[in-house]
Parts: sequence; structure tokens; C-alpha cells
Amino acid sequence: MRGMPGNRRGRAGLATAFCALAAAVFGVAMWNPGTVKAAAGGRTGEHLIYASPVELLFSPDGARLYVLCNQSDEVRVLDGSTYSVIKNISVGHEPRGFSLSPDGARLFVANSWDDTLSVIDTRTLEVVATWPVGAEPSSVVEDRRAERLYVANRISNDVAVLDAQTGAEEKRLAAGRGASYMTASPDGRRLYVTHIYPNPSPHRTPPESEVTVIDAASAEVVDRIPLRSIAGVFHIAFSADGRLGVVAELHPKNLVPLTAVEHGWVMEDTLTLFGDDVGDKTVEIPLDDLESHAARPFGVAMTPDGSRMYVTSGGSEIVTVIDVPRLLRYVRLNRRGIAYDLSASGNYVVKRIAVGHDPRGVALSPDGRRLLVANRLDDTISVIDTRSDCVVSTIALAGPKVISALRHGEQTFYTARYSFHGGIGCANCHLDSTFDGLQWDLEPDGLGRDIVDNRLLEEVKDTAPYKWNGGNPDLPTECGPRTEKYFWRSENYDDLTLADLVLYIRSLPARPNRWRLPDGQLTPAQERGKAIFERSVDNFGRPIPLANRCAFCHSGPLGTSRKSFDVGTKKETDDSGLLDTPQLTNIALTAPYLHDGSAATLEEIWTLYNPHDQHGRTNDLTKDELNDLIEYLRTR
Amino acid sequence: MMRPARKTLWMVAAFVAAGTLADAATDKAPPMPRYRFVNYTTANGLPDNHVYSVLVDGDRIWAGTDNGLGVYENGKWKIYNVKDGLAQQAVLSLALDKRTGDVWAGTMGGLSRISGGRIDSFTQFNSGLSNDVVYGVSVEGENVWVATAAGACRLNLDTGEWSLYNERNTPMVEIWVYGVSAAPDKVYFAVWGSGLLEYNQTTGGWDKYEDPDRETEIVLFKDQGLIHDIVSSVSYVDKIVWASTYFGDSRYDGRYWHNFLTKDSGLPSNFTNFVKGVDANHAWFCTDKGLAYYDGANWAVYKPSLTTGKPEMTVRDAQGNLTHIPVATAPANNYILGIDFQGGDIWVATAGGLSHGILQSQP
Repeated sequence: MRGMPGNRRGRAGLATAFCALAAAVFGVAMWNPGTVKAAAGGRTGEHLIYASPVELLFSPDGARLYVLCNQSDEVRVLDGSTYSVIKNISVGHEPRGFSLSPDGARLFVANSWDDTLSVIDTRTLEVVATWPVGAEPSSVVEDRRAERLYVANRISNDVAVLDAQTGAEEKRLAAGRGASYMTASPDGRRLYVTHIYPNPSPHRTPPESEVTVIDAASAEVVDRIPLRSIAGVFHIAFSADGRLGVVAELHPKNLVPLTAVEHGWVMEDTLTLFGDDVGDKTVEIPLDDLESHAARPFGVAMTPDGSRMYVTSGGSEIVTVIDVPRLLRYVRLNRRGIAYDLSASGNYVVKRIAVGHDPRGVALSPDGRRLLVANRLDDTISVIDTRSDCVVSTIALAGPKVISALRHGEQTFYTARYSFHGGIGCANCHLDSTFDGLQWDLEPDGLGRDIVDNRLLEEVKDTAPYKWNGGNPDLPTECGPRTEKYFWRSENYDDLTLADLVLYIRSLPARPNRWRLPDGQLTPAQERGKAIFERSVDNFGRPIPLANRCAFCHSGPLGTSRKSFDVGTKKETDDSGLLDTPQLTNIALTAPYLHDGSAATLEEIWTLYNPHDQHGRTNDLTKDELNDLIEYLRTR
Repeated sequence: MMRPARKTLWMVAAFVAAGTLADAATDKAPPMPRYRFVNYTTANGLPDNHVYSVLVDGDRIWAGTDNGLGVYENGKWKIYNVKDGLAQQAVLSLALDKRTGDVWAGTMGGLSRISGGRIDSFTQFNSGLSNDVVYGVSVEGENVWVATAAGACRLNLDTGEWSLYNERNTPMVEIWVYGVSAAPDKVYFAVWGSGLLEYNQTTGGWDKYEDPDRETEIVLFKDQGLIHDIVSSVSYVDKIVWASTYFGDSRYDGRYWHNFLTKDSGLPSNFTNFVKGVDANHAWFCTDKGLAYYDGANWAVYKPSLTTGKPEMTVRDAQGNLTHIPVATAPANNYILGIDFQGGDIWVATAGGLSHGILQSQP
């Protein structure tokens, strides 16, 4: 078992040798695309600001390369041929997505943490406007007529439609939950939007996701392409003729016990194909192969001639190369069940190219000869020659040259190298260090026992103990032996790596709360809800026992007393009703609720699952008051 | 772009004018729009003949029935039901978000949004909706206004916040809200037993309009206010309120009231289920004894005869003169529950099917 990941490394080694030869032929410096290494030598305890490139764009003429740097809050502008720096442009906080206007004159940047859009004039390379948008904007596209801007908002689960000249919001279109990545069809008539969290579905049923299709002329949602059993959808790309669309996604198997790590995978990495080339229905195909995964597919691109498709896998630190004609031949002959055939990828995957840590966005040069890959956790860009499919050079972005302990911890969090067949890493279930909206059947409690909802990691450091049953006293226990034994089943962390991983997780802050007023004050409804949260007397004037008050268990700034209580939510499949009190940090974002995710919304916690007032005294509340309580909880 | 209601009015006016020129010598009745009704029932794909609501969305027609939501497009019906995510099978009310194209359906078991084929449902259990019986829905800007059996509510689509309006924070005495009509300046609620409520969107203040004589069965003070406190429907258009009750209907311009009763108007019945204004002077009234159109002076009534079932059209001019117009078709049933406009055509929800009134030129 331990030898399995070595197969991937062995093949990557052969590929590296071949590519080194190719690099020598091209006369460029070759970067060694190794896998994760503990950074013992250069480790520093300092909090360093890295560039963290997440997305790349070429200008239409290929003269410039724009690099979106997520941690340094910049767009770095490089020469498109020499990669020398032209300018670094400061933008908003945590920029996540960007795009050029169709004429290339303006560059739009979605700043995810301060809810703004930066507009950059590409002639002057200056930010000429900063426009407020929805909650956690994650990508932006301008229509062909330069009339409207479309912005995918991750927290408000919608696409905002803005006036492209003034930034004024016209309306918002309902998208999938966690709307994030958006691509226009080659003819510009349609916009395709993905989302990273699954849409609501009945408890313990396969997750459901979609590609939201927007008509650019009417600015209306005209279709939703269903993605069955998919949770976690990232970039979309099209062939130049628009006949083939491809979506990078995760296919979790969270309805079966996690023992399946060794029995046939718990998380597949797949693509969904759609469009005229595959017919009326979509086709899901695996990226993984029998012995190793292409964990966390994210960026995807197709060459202009339609011959090759490239997909980055953040957890596996590779780029998968797919022969598109072979792929199409295969899917036309084998339409059904391909996603579950782990040998299928051998029919169309022609190469796995090792790149840097957590590769994300990709960009093809206008002539299709070069594919550039943003290695987020290396501060590098891999340059792949699309004729040889080899890394021919690596661009090092300016920034710290040492790897801090925090950075090393983040690399560990995002890699899948420790798990069996390189299948999963922390970030598979904690997408972008958050959560996945899924419920899992973990093995230690017995098969089919103690189904647990995945919890958010923000501000998790002071909320020990961990697990829903409070069984893990601290993060090293939670992230170390438990994870290694029940999740990875392949390799353990050395002490230094575990310490760094814990350091990283402890560092995760809460995202800005979007329900609080800018001045920190509460709305009247939120004020009324706060009073209910803190009340000691019910609506009939009767004292509420201490343990039945919201603020008793959900106490303190994080909303947890860090103690366990039985709130009457034990199910037949649960061994105990005693549950750790979850923190309330950004609770509005983390549906579904309760330990097993059985409450689809905050409301259902009390309308359906608190018949005897064990989960706080709430049955005396009017509907208005319950709404007020929820409005307050959303500010936590 | 011309608003649909205006477009309807102009098209009706054009057809009526053409008819006036042709028929002026022989027909003393004022020219009123004539329709050829094509009726849809379960026999040709409608999910149920009890049609509670109808909505025109371009070339798509949405029909809220007792057994699901039907959408008629390109000559075919597509049916949405609970298995598709609809909150409940009986669809009482429909509204179109003209900005996004989303359709909102009020059902006997919650509120549903149909967007790009996906249905999201909101109930009193999984959301802040005040009650699952949703009689009315209206979309204005980023707000969805909802009339329920336990008060009214507003869902802010940008923030997800629900605001509830009931006897605790409005002048509403009864909380059985039958209808809602929202505009940028004001929102009106038809409340069963509590009159008409007006919410001022600018000030956040409330006004209440009731039957001035407080008598349930008689009208002592005509044109002084609502005819009755049991208000079944409201339509607010061009700053004019059209309100229906089970005892007669009203028009209110913000200062003056005008009441409509069978005894002194062309209304076929005082029992009115639904009213929809075309503009400040034109409105349609959906009664238990036929469909009535008012053009500001004259009335036309369309129905199958209450005795023979044969199609009837009656015109009443401003002086009260009645003229029977020979027609070959009528709405599917005389119990009318809803109406919407498609250019010059009308679509009518009845207790016996959905009717498409195709505007005809005058003979």
C-alpha cells in the first residue's frame, strides 16, 4: 500500500527525465517539479506574505501575462514572452477571479473578501474604478457588447448583473450554492457558472450540483445543466468551436462508509462533458486511474485545434493531458457508467505532468503553443510546451524565498500525497479551507453509525475539543493520528509537518460576516433576535433553566462553551446524544445543520428538530421571533 | 419598450376602432373587445381543470392548477409537481420576476421559485415564510411579497431576510391575507376581514382602508371607501388601486373611491375572486358568474350561459343599456379565478379549464 504513491512518483520521474531533455533542447532552465517536501531547512516562523498565484490570463495579442495573486492582493503584469515584470497592481483583498473585457482594454478583478470589483485600464495599468458588488465575488465576465458585467458571488449564491460602464447593479440571478467560476461560450451568447458547494437536497441523498446557463442577451438564467452526485465544481472550458464544454469537479461518495478509501475510492475526480460533440446528455468521465488520483481538478483548458485538454489537479500537483479525439471516440461508444469505471481514463489520458504545489488556474498562449499553470503554493508558474507536453521552464514570482511554517502547513493541507493512492487531502472536504456541505459516515464509530456533518474551519483554533462527540482534545490529535488512521491510510506526517499543519489550521480567520452592518451595529430584527438569544424568561414569564438558554451552551465570542450537551437530536443511528457544542462562526454559511446535517436550514433546527425544547427553549416563540433569532445568528 | 398592459390596451383599442368604423351604423353598443376563446382542459394536456392562477411570460403560459403547475410552450404542456420540488400541488398564485425571468408560485404548501428549470421551495418550516398557505405573491425589485393565511411577508432576495407583517406590527386585525400587489412606491394587501392595507415603501408606514359603513351586506356610504372588509384581491397599477371583494369592487385613486356593484355597473356578480388592472381606467374582474371588462365607462361580460351553457357576450354602456353580442365561444367556465394578458389576447383561469381569449377584429 505504501508503495502505491511511488508509482505516481516513478512515472512522474520518467516524465521529468523526458521533459528535462526537452527543456535542454529548448535551452531553458528546468525547474524540478517534485512533490511536497517538508521544508525543514528553510522553515521560518515568520508570517510572510506570498504571491499565491491563482489565475492567469494572456492579453489578446499575447504580449502580456496577467497573474492574479491571491495572498499579496495584486495583479502582476509580466511580459508575455520573457515573463519579466512590467508592473504590480494592488487590488482588493483576496482576489479570486479576473477576466479581460472582450476588447482587452479593461481587466476586471473580483476581490472576494472586501466584496468589490477592481477595474484596471490595461493601457495605463492603473485601477480606474472600484465597485461594490455582492457577497464574496469570485469571478467576473463582461458580455461581448460591453454592456453588462456578470459577477459570481460565492456567499450570496448568485450572479450579479452590473452596468459595465458604471458598475451599478441591475439585478441578481439565482445560481448554485457557492457560485464561483464563470466562463463565456466562444460565441459569447451564453455564460456558464459553477458553484463549489452542493445545492440543497434531501438528507442522505446524493449531492446535486449544476452548471447555471445564462443568456447574455437577456441576462436571464435559461438552463441549469444537472451534475448528479457532484459536490465541488470548478472551472469550465470550451473547445474553440463551442461544440464541447468541460467541467472540472469532485464526485464524493459520502453515502458509504469511509472504509471505501481502500475499497474503491471515496472521492472521485471527474470531468463532465457537454455540448454537441457528446449529444443531448452530459457525460461524466473519471480523471483518476486505478492506482492514483488526479485529486481536486480545478483549472481546465483546450487547445485551439481541439486536440488536447489540460486539467490541473491541486491535490496531486499535476496537469493531466487528455487526447480529445480519443476521448470523444470513447464516450460515444461507452456513454453509461464511465464515471465508475476507474480504468476508463487509460483510454484518453495521455500524460500526467508534475507541476508545483496546488496548481490552480491555467492559460494557453494565443497560439496554443504554451500552457501556463499557476502553482499557488509555490509562487511559481509552470510553462508547458503543448507539443511535447513537458514543463520547459518555471517562472518564479517575486516574494519570500523561504517557506514559512505556515506556508508549509498550508501546502500540507492542500496536498493529497499522504492518502491512499493520493486520493484526498484536507482540502478535498474543506474546500478553500472551509467545508463541503456534505455529511460523512466515518469508520471509527461503526459502519452506518454516527453520520456527521462537516464543520467549518474558520476560527477553529480556540474551540477544542474537536469532533462532534468531542473525542479529540486538540488539533494535533484531530489532524494527526485520527486523520492518518481513518482518512489517509497510507502515510503519516512527521512531527514537524503535523505541527505546521496545525499551525496553519489554527491561523484560519473568519471571513467577514456579510450580515453585520458596516458599522458593526445590529438591525432592529437582529437586536430583537439577540435579546431572544440572551433571554432568561420565556414568553409566558417563566424562567428558562440555565441549560435551556441559547447563550449558555453557545457562549463567548465564538458561540461555544466547548462542552457537550444532549439537545434531543440523537437519531437511531447515533450511539450517543451527547454532542460537542459547535461554534457559531459564520453559521449562516454552513447549511445543513445539526451534527448529522438533518436540518436543511437554520429554521428547521427549531421547527422540526426541537419538539421538547431540549435544544433551547424555543417552542414559545412566534414565527416573527424565530425569524429574528435567525437574523441575529447570521451575524455571528 | 411598451409595457405589456399598455400594449394590450393599444391593441384592444386598435381592434375596437376598426370595428367601430365597420359597424357604427348597425351596432349601437359601444365597441368592446371580442375574443375567440380556445379552452384547455385535461383532455388536451392541462394537469387539472381547476385553474387557480395564470401567468403570461412571453410565449410561455403558466397555469397554476389543483394538481400541479403547467407551462404551455410551443404547443405542449410541461407539468411541474411535488416530485419536481414544487412546494405543493395546488398552485394558488403566480408572479413573474421581470428582471430575472424567474417565476414564483404560491401553493397550499409553501412558496416555490422556478428558475431555469430548478425549483426552490420555501415553507414555514424551512424558511421564514409565515404560513404555508400562500394566496398571493408579487415581485418588486429585490423583494418578493407574499400573502399567506397567517399574515404577509417579504423575502429580500439579496440578503435572504424574511420580514413578517401581521397583527403585531401592522393595522391588520385579521391575518388572512388573500392578495398582494407591489410597486416601487407602495404595496397593497387584500386582507380577508381586515380591508385593504397599504405599505409605503419610502416611509415604512401603514395605512388601512375599510368598509366605511362597517355593514357586511349593505352599502350605506357608496363611493366612500371599500364595499366590504373581506377583500379578495388587489391590483395596483398606474397609482390606481383596483380592489375586489365578495360584495362588489372598487377603484381608488388615492383620494376618491368608486364602487362597482351589479345594480349600477356591468359587473355580472358582486362575488369577485380576482381583479387585474390594465391601467388607471381599464380593468378585468373575475367573478363567479363570468369575466368582466371595464373600459372606464362601458362593460363587457364573457361567459358561458348560466342556464344553457351557450357562449355569451354582453355589453353595457355608460347609460346602462344592454346589448347581447352573438358569439361562438366563451371562457371554459363562468367561475373565473384569474387573468393575464398576452399582447391583445387574454388568458383566463377558470374552474373548468384554462381559456385563451384571442382578440378578434369587430365584424
